[in-house]
Amino acid sequence: MTTTPHPKATPHPQAARRSVAPPTGVSVMETVGLNVYYGGFHAVHDVDLGFERNEITALIGPSGCGKSTVLRCLNRMNDLIPAARVKGQVKYHGQDVYAASVDPIEVRRRIGMVFQKPNPFPKSIYDNVAYGPRVIGMKVPDMDDHVEQCLRRAALWDEVKDKLKESGYSLSGGQQQRLCIARAIATQPDVILMDEPCSALDPIATGAIEDLMIQLREEYTIIIVTHNMQQAARVSDRTAFFTARPDETTGNRTGLLVEYGLTSQIFENPSDQRTEDYISGRFG
Amino acid sequence: MSIARQAGAPASPPPAPGPSRPVRRVRHGLGGRVFAGLATSAGATILVILAAVAVFLVIRAWPALTSSPEELADGVSWFPEGTTLAGFVGPLIFGTLLAALLALLLAVPVAIGIALFISHYAPRRLASPLGYVIDLLAAIPSVVYGLWGATWLAPRLFPLWDWLGRNLGFVPFFEGPASSPPRVVMTVGVVLAVMILPIITAVTREVFLQTPRLHEEAALALGATRWEMVRMAVLPFGRSGVISASMLGLGRALGETMAVLMILGPGFTYSLALLQVGRHQTIAANIANQFPEANPLGVSTLIATGLVLFVITLAVNMGARWVISRRAEFSGAN
Repeated sequence: MTTTPHPKATPHPQAARRSVAPPTGVSVMETVGLNVYYGGFHAVHDVDLGFERNEITALIGPSGCGKSTVLRCLNRMNDLIPAARVKGQVKYHGQDVYAASVDPIEVRRRIGMVFQKPNPFPKSIYDNVAYGPRVIGMKVPDMDDHVEQCLRRAALWDEVKDKLKESGYSLSGGQQQRLCIARAIATQPDVILMDEPCSALDPIATGAIEDLMIQLREEYTIIIVTHNMQQAARVSDRTAFFTARPDETTGNRTGLLVEYGLTSQIFENPSDQRTEDYISGRFG
Repeated sequence: MSIARQAGAPASPPPAPGPSRPVRRVRHGLGGRVFAGLATSAGATILVILAAVAVFLVIRAWPALTSSPEELADGVSWFPEGTTLAGFVGPLIFGTLLAALLALLLAVPVAIGIALFISHYAPRRLASPLGYVIDLLAAIPSVVYGLWGATWLAPRLFPLWDWLGRNLGFVPFFEGPASSPPRVVMTVGVVLAVMILPIITAVTREVFLQTPRLHEEAALALGATRWEMVRMAVLPFGRSGVISASMLGLGRALGETMAVLMILGPGFTYSLALLQVGRHQTIAANIANQFPEANPLGVSTLIATGLVLFVITLAVNMGARWVISRRAEFSGAN
């Protein structure tokens, strides 16, 4: 990225055609003055973001800029890191998910997540999808039907319908990732977080996942962290650009939000020089 | 440096680097050859030892294997009259498997519990000391376990065995009255369970700790509680490891001699009554018991039983391998 400047990424034609409504004022998710610390290390500084219904929001920026950390705050996955502390608010339909009365397990049941590497359970394809609904005690009239619907929506059904009893690991990487998406939507969340979902996939599998994301946008709020700016430009409606600022005394790099807006605006007419530099490949 | 650049390099007096230069074997050096030799011979040694033990057992057991029941009964003072060698070994095999399986049945659930606690529940400050303590259990000599089991544990277990015999006596396993002192196979099972606990715990703990973080996060991201995460991610991943660990434990329980010898009141029957004395004996304890006073044919008979134990252990391990390989694609270890 530092050696070969690439042409400026252009938005996905479908994304460009879409008219993105101005924020309604009631975002599905929102961060207010979000700060994250790992022990004494200040990882993320003052992030204010709103994520709108039926949109894909991309979080982009160089390594270590805190974009994954921000994503993992949204469903409280950072709780698993013993020294992690969060200041500020993360609101889900107006409710602070870090409030003392909120159970993180309940939060994660409402907000689905797809990870960097495909991580199906060491179980059958069927069980991978059926697991979530079973575990949260969701009332499903016909589980076979539900599994089929989820696999169809994840654009995987035709490829796996004859081998539902086989291990999830018998699938290719791209298929595994779509299986993970089917698993995430099986519990009927309204928000899906994706943490670099295509970083372990080849371009064809990546294209399949991107098409799927654009389909899923009709029903879900999707937030994606990506290293791939073309991907952000292709699929997202809004883009948040993060960067890392070294601390003057310790040299620790703290992530901060530089610019947040419509993807077309961020990629074609960024208002901040740092965004411009990153987008055009002068810095990365 | 790219090939193209090499090809374009000026042809100076030292041999020109480039495609024209013949591709020669890379010299692996003395260190590489020594290491490869050492590793190969170490691998071969284990096979040689295994074969040597098998050959020894067969040769030394041969006189007993080829003797008629009458010759055995005449020549060996403790050989029961009117039985064949197979009829003699049968109850011993039964007793050996019974004691070992009892031990496994008691030890495996506890071991999995301890391993899960150490790997996924205990605060870090508690987890490693606890691990050390478990490993220490493995360092206690088996004769000490035998002493402890016979003199301390057995009397304390008697009330429980007595209760089982009175209240669950209709179950063949718990047929009463429970013998006192309880030098019975059930007590042996408990002591053997304690003895094989460390090895099973240590191996399962290591396997559980290796559960990919991604699997755990996948479960948690779906809103799983910690136990649900363990059930969905940790246990399936660790399944083959638990089986391997159990087989290691089973191997130790099958061959354990001293503790059994010191606790069990021996007998040669196919009885299921776990609480009654004088019903069971294991192959290893029987060898240790009879060996000092055995004449040549007696020794050969004992070695024949040892050969049987060798075959059983081999079969158990191969069975475990088969189970593991059959489930490999579901382990998620790839």
